[in-house]
Amino acid sequence: MSFSWAKAYEPKQPFMRWLDERLPLPRLVYGAIGGGYPVPRNLNYWWNFGVLAGLFLTIQIVTGIVLAMWYYATADGAFNSVEHIMRDVNAGWVIRYAHMNGASFFFLVTYIHIFRGLYYGSYKAPRELVWMLGLVIYLLMMATAFMGYVLPWGQMSFWGAQVITGFFSAFPVFGEPLRVWLLGGYAPDQAALTRFFSLHYLLPFVIAGVVILHIWALHIPGSGNPTGVDVKDEKDTLPFHPFYTAKDGWFAATVLLAYALVVYFAPNYLGHPDNYIPANPLATPPHIVPEWYFWPFYAILRSFTVDFILPAKLWGVLAMFTSILLLFFLPWLDKSPVRSGSYRPLFKRFFWLLVVDVLILGYIGGAEITPFNIALGQFAAAYYFAHFLIILPLVSKYEQPLPLPRSITDSVLHGEEQESAPAGVKSGKKTTTVAG
Amino acid sequence: MADVPVTAGDGVRRRDFLNVAAVSFAGVGAVAAISPLLVQMSPPADVLALSTTEVDISKVQRGQGIKTVWRKQPVFVRNLTDKEIAEANAVPLSELRDPETLQQRTKAGHTNWLITLGVCTHLGCVPLGIGEGENKGPYGGYFCPCHGSMYDTAARIRQGPAPKNLFVPDYQFTSPTTVVIGQKG
Repeated sequence: MSFSWAKAYEPKQPFMRWLDERLPLPRLVYGAIGGGYPVPRNLNYWWNFGVLAGLFLTIQIVTGIVLAMWYYATADGAFNSVEHIMRDVNAGWVIRYAHMNGASFFFLVTYIHIFRGLYYGSYKAPRELVWMLGLVIYLLMMATAFMGYVLPWGQMSFWGAQVITGFFSAFPVFGEPLRVWLLGGYAPDQAALTRFFSLHYLLPFVIAGVVILHIWALHIPGSGNPTGVDVKDEKDTLPFHPFYTAKDGWFAATVLLAYALVVYFAPNYLGHPDNYIPANPLATPPHIVPEWYFWPFYAILRSFTVDFILPAKLWGVLAMFTSILLLFFLPWLDKSPVRSGSYRPLFKRFFWLLVVDVLILGYIGGAEITPFNIALGQFAAAYYFAHFLIILPLVSKYEQPLPLPRSITDSVLHGEEQESAPAGVKSGKKTTTVAG
Repeated sequence: MADVPVTAGDGVRRRDFLNVAAVSFAGVGAVAAISPLLVQMSPPADVLALSTTEVDISKVQRGQGIKTVWRKQPVFVRNLTDKEIAEANAVPLSELRDPETLQQRTKAGHTNWLITLGVCTHLGCVPLGIGEGENKGPYGGYFCPCHGSMYDTAARIRQGPAPKNLFVPDYQFTSPTTVVIGQKG
């Protein structure tokens, strides 16, 4: 596809030849995820998570279509229909738990995928659009997950809908009319539930469409790799099939095992017990937090406690939206020509600080509101913005990167003598004999 | 596997074995994963729980009938007159498309109670004839308005496209005036 040595599709059976001349669908698949897509030979396991995200999107769509066969989106019946699925529908409990926890796993693998991109500079030229399309997918995922959480119409569903749509009321003048328009009422009710269900069914297919664009844009320059060095010749790559299909396949089986463990043995671990209480518009649960994958943003939202020119409420909402929209500008905030964090000693330290910072924000977002937690959340939120707006531009300007390997092959092969040494033997003294 | 030489003579390599084993393993897993998606389509527990319907027939006079519901399907409960019973018994079995006597279609001691599904055996419409003043058709039983199937006073098919007599469900008299439809007796 992208490289001159990519193998062209050659149909072997007459039927496939006939099909290829009329509808070259097998050719498209072969070039995208078959032997016709050359991939850098040095990918590590962090490169498995894109395929996993696709796998969990598929699981969510399949289990979701089945749930929609039994769910009814009525304010009176939604909660009962979910209980009916859990108790009466054949295998309904496993399908619902798979969908519930599938959302968590989808976000988990997507977060790892995003941080992979942050560390290895996957957002840099020529893959800026791959990165930005990925962010669009992420935003769509957040919208879909939020609306899906509303559908069981439990206490957390209802109050989640109330709080999230309340974000929009922060904007002056048009904020409150906008919120009422979004809900189709003054509080979440039938109109909101029906439209959330409609959009919750629609958006995953929009996500699937943007995923196709994401992969299409990726396949123009080809996949990145842990060194960040461009592919130079055929020796640097392996065909996607069978090498990466096998690696992705076995790793997917491993992750599905962890997923199955959660679905079967701890299906409600990531949920909130309050959501098994039917929605009550007259009483808010004492500790209301979103699902774990929103916690870092929830912490940023809660960090603004004082009016400063604008109301604190508006600052919180703006900061929360900005924390994601900021990432669209990342290719221009980090101007370092070196992609991989492995060759950027200073960047690497700040990258891990950012990981810790986001974990702290995540903890704060899910924790009780105490003066200490608020202060820690404010510090972590400030550092989040400082990382992207101050630290990254400065690091990329003043950092002295390590020397890059001359090629991908060079980085993985160290000469015949070292390659053939018995496993476990220190080969440090032989580095002087590296060929070439 | 250690005792199997890598270069086994029949051309099957260890890698072939590994390929088949890996793909089979994934295949079994895929079938196991798909099965809940298929079994969820069958009737859920609350639908199966509707498997019997108790009907009080004390108010149904000779010559009258009522419509009730069993498994979300209409059921005709008809109290036949002596004339209707005689008409049904007068028909030779050889004339019938689906030969059954009235005795076979009713319970001993309750031959005046004809209990059938109100579902035409042609394509599932509800035949007329159970309600007061409805068209009973030329054979005095039921008449299906969809495609003109005509049933006699024992609800047997006499003319029209339907292949079978109206279906007699399992039922049991738990008292002289109470019938439980769906229960084997």
